Amino acid sequence: MLTEQKFIHSEPGALNTLNNEHLDWLEAESIYIIREVVAQAANPAMLFSGGKDSIVMLHLARKAFRFGKRPITLPFPLLHIDTGHNYPEVIQFRDEIVKESGARLIVEYVEDSIRRGSVRLRRETDSRNAAQATTLLEAIDKHRFDALMGGARRDEEKARAKERIFSFRDEFGQWDPKAQRPELWNLYNSRIASGENMRVFPISNWTELDVWQYIARENLSLPSIYYAHTREVVRKNGLLMAVTPLTPRAADETSELLSVRFRTVGDISCTCPVLSTAGNPAEIIAETVITDITERGATRMDDQTSESSMERRKKEGYF
Amino acid sequence: MGINRFQNDYQGVVRFITCGSVDDGKSTLIGRLLYDSKSVLTDQLSSLSKTKYARVTAEDAAVDLALLTDGLEAEREQGITIDVAYRYFATPRRKFIVADTPGHEQYTRNMVTGASQADVAIILVDATRVDLSSDPATLLPQTKRHTAIVKLLGLRHVVVAVNKMDLLGYDQQVFNRIGVAIERLATTLGLPTPQLFPVSALFGDNVVTRSKRFGWYEGPSLLEWLESLDTGPRQVLEEMRFPVQYVARQDGSGADGFRGYLGRVESGVIRIGQQVRVLPGGSTATVAEIHISNGERSADDDEGVAFAQAGDVIALTLKEDVDVSRGDLIIAHDEPAPTLARQLSADLCWLDADPLSTSRKYVLRHATNTVYAKVRDVKQVLDIETLSHVVDNKILGMNAIGQVVISLQKQIATDTFDQSLATGTFVMIDEATNNTVAAGLIRSAC
Ligand SMILES: Nc1nc2c(ncn2[C@@H]2O[C@H](COP(=O)(O)OP(=O)(O)O)[C@@H](O)[C@H]2O)c(=O)[nH]1
Repeated sequence: MLTEQKFIHSEPGALNTLNNEHLDWLEAESIYIIREVVAQAANPAMLFSGGKDSIVMLHLARKAFRFGKRPITLPFPLLHIDTGHNYPEVIQFRDEIVKESGARLIVEYVEDSIRRGSVRLRRETDSRNAAQATTLLEAIDKHRFDALMGGARRDEEKARAKERIFSFRDEFGQWDPKAQRPELWNLYNSRIASGENMRVFPISNWTELDVWQYIARENLSLPSIYYAHTREVVRKNGLLMAVTPLTPRAADETSELLSVRFRTVGDISCTCPVLSTAGNPAEIIAETVITDITERGATRMDDQTSESSMERRKKEGYF
Repeated sequence: MGINRFQNDYQGVVRFITCGSVDDGKSTLIGRLLYDSKSVLTDQLSSLSKTKYARVTAEDAAVDLALLTDGLEAEREQGITIDVAYRYFATPRRKFIVADTPGHEQYTRNMVTGASQADVAIILVDATRVDLSSDPATLLPQTKRHTAIVKLLGLRHVVVAVNKMDLLGYDQQVFNRIGVAIERLATTLGLPTPQLFPVSALFGDNVVTRSKRFGWYEGPSLLEWLESLDTGPRQVLEEMRFPVQYVARQDGSGADGFRGYLGRVESGVIRIGQQVRVLPGGSTATVAEIHISNGERSADDDEGVAFAQAGDVIALTLKEDVDVSRGDLIIAHDEPAPTLARQLSADLCWLDADPLSTSRKYVLRHATNTVYAKVRDVKQVLDIETLSHVVDNKILGMNAIGQVVISLQKQIATDTFDQSLATGTFVMIDEATNNTVAAGLIRSAC
């Protein structure tokens, strides 16, 4: 069903015809939430993957603890659950931005969970997105984190529409719908018993359009694969599959060199690029709004049964 | 105060709840707003780009709409305690957040939760279910209930969308007669008469765009009205309120050690050099630095800013070395102070399955402050239909709203709910389960 995407060439002006006063409101809310986590949690951490949502969240965290010219020290570490299936551009970008921001980065590897036997994949090349849940829980135990901030947004997936900003998880990291707390005004209840955990989503109320408008306004740099670039791909059941060492072209498949970009930067083996000529946030906005394919819908193969698998994985503590 | 308070420009986001009972057309209305607003946005962008995006006409939209609303309706009941789903859409001028509360009986607590973050309530009336044989026309009980709750929650803006007008021939008489009934209801509840919109959610008439089928109607479409709404911080209270959310320390505790008080300015204006008082302790100090963390002004904040106002998230330092911690409230020295209260009378909405116990103590969260509290007395429980009080029933169970007296273990600095959302509200937490069990609106304190 790959709808032949129209190549959108909109003037850069398209961006500033859109109002962005709402970004001030969103920024204030997210900064307030991040500070609330630091105020209530004993040992919080912020998940950072090099993806655009976590880049925006890190930028908001730096603003939350910036006091004029003084050097910024974040009162919590960054945590990357590395599937080992990343595009090199993303890892290189991750290390650059962490060094530049002076934040402390902790990396935990799905590979280690596989070695420990806590993660077993049917095939070596199977998607490791879901396996991150186990590595994440092991990281929480190892570092004794009681609250984890993540860049998930309600608008990404229907199953997220009812998600809280402070999302309670039991000691297995499980998301029990009955245990979620009512959130009124800006009074967030982060109280937990030992072993229990809070997942906090400071950019819950942001849409993909907001994220891109913010990236443009704050001039944030991103891994290059977010923007149009030429890549060898194979067309497979309605999606584009990038040809990589991990996902080589099968003998009977023909590949093409196409102008594509990635809308999310997940596990190589199951993140598909989309046709694109968008080289900057304005063009991405025009393309995103017009093509109107939800971020998860068109680009994540392991999310084909998106809603139920997302909800199931949330219950397993994936996120 | 010497500073000309220019209107802070948080006009950007419009947050609303839709109140209606099952089958009034809530999902269809929200689906219509989500769907049609996208084509408005796309028009804006595609008109600037070389590619034309076919504008979807009302009729064939009705077909696609089912796809979209289907997603909303088919959402499995996850049995989530508080069932509020948040949906997002935007036009070139504004961003919108919808708190979509399903219309079944557990309704009050969902509505209270949704309304707590809303600028406006859209009360949905299914025109085909209004009894037009009486004079004035009789509204359904649930319409009264929704309007009563909206009045209690003091929402700044209330509108009524009279839906399914297509089934009544888009008839002006029908719309006017329902208008009279709404006006009558509003006056009995002491609510200013809400703005009325004749709509057909299914065919999109007057929801996003006006419709010639409502030839007689000259007002704006529902979305046009929402787009023009002032949603800046509710400025009832002019006095400065700055609840301290977090104390940030940097480079040691030496003389030059930085101690920043972080939080959001909830009302009023705070200026460099201003004399302030720290409540409940009462010590006074002078504002040394103000650093603004959000908005365009945060870009050139190296030396800090001269003032901050309601809606700004900031960090401030004080000249004097006074003891300030999370939960304290900073106010202006020369402005009327909030009440330092050990006792509150409040409207309490009970959210938890276990009913209120007047013998146990609960944790009470008020702005950034946390204190122990006991509910001394349930004076009355509210009959939601009429907002009149039912005296004999003293049990405050799930979904009930009662007038209670609460005694606090420590003094807190409070305003009333009508004066300030931030310092006029609280939640209560059950220490045994850590659940948020109640939401409170402070009516008076002493
Ligand atoms: N004729 C007509 N039917 C409508 C209109 N709005 C909703 N409906 C129908 O009323 C039924 C209930 O609508 P729905 O949006 O699911 O109501 P909800 O339970 O409040 O979400 C559905 O069959 C809709 O197609 C309208 O404006 N005109």
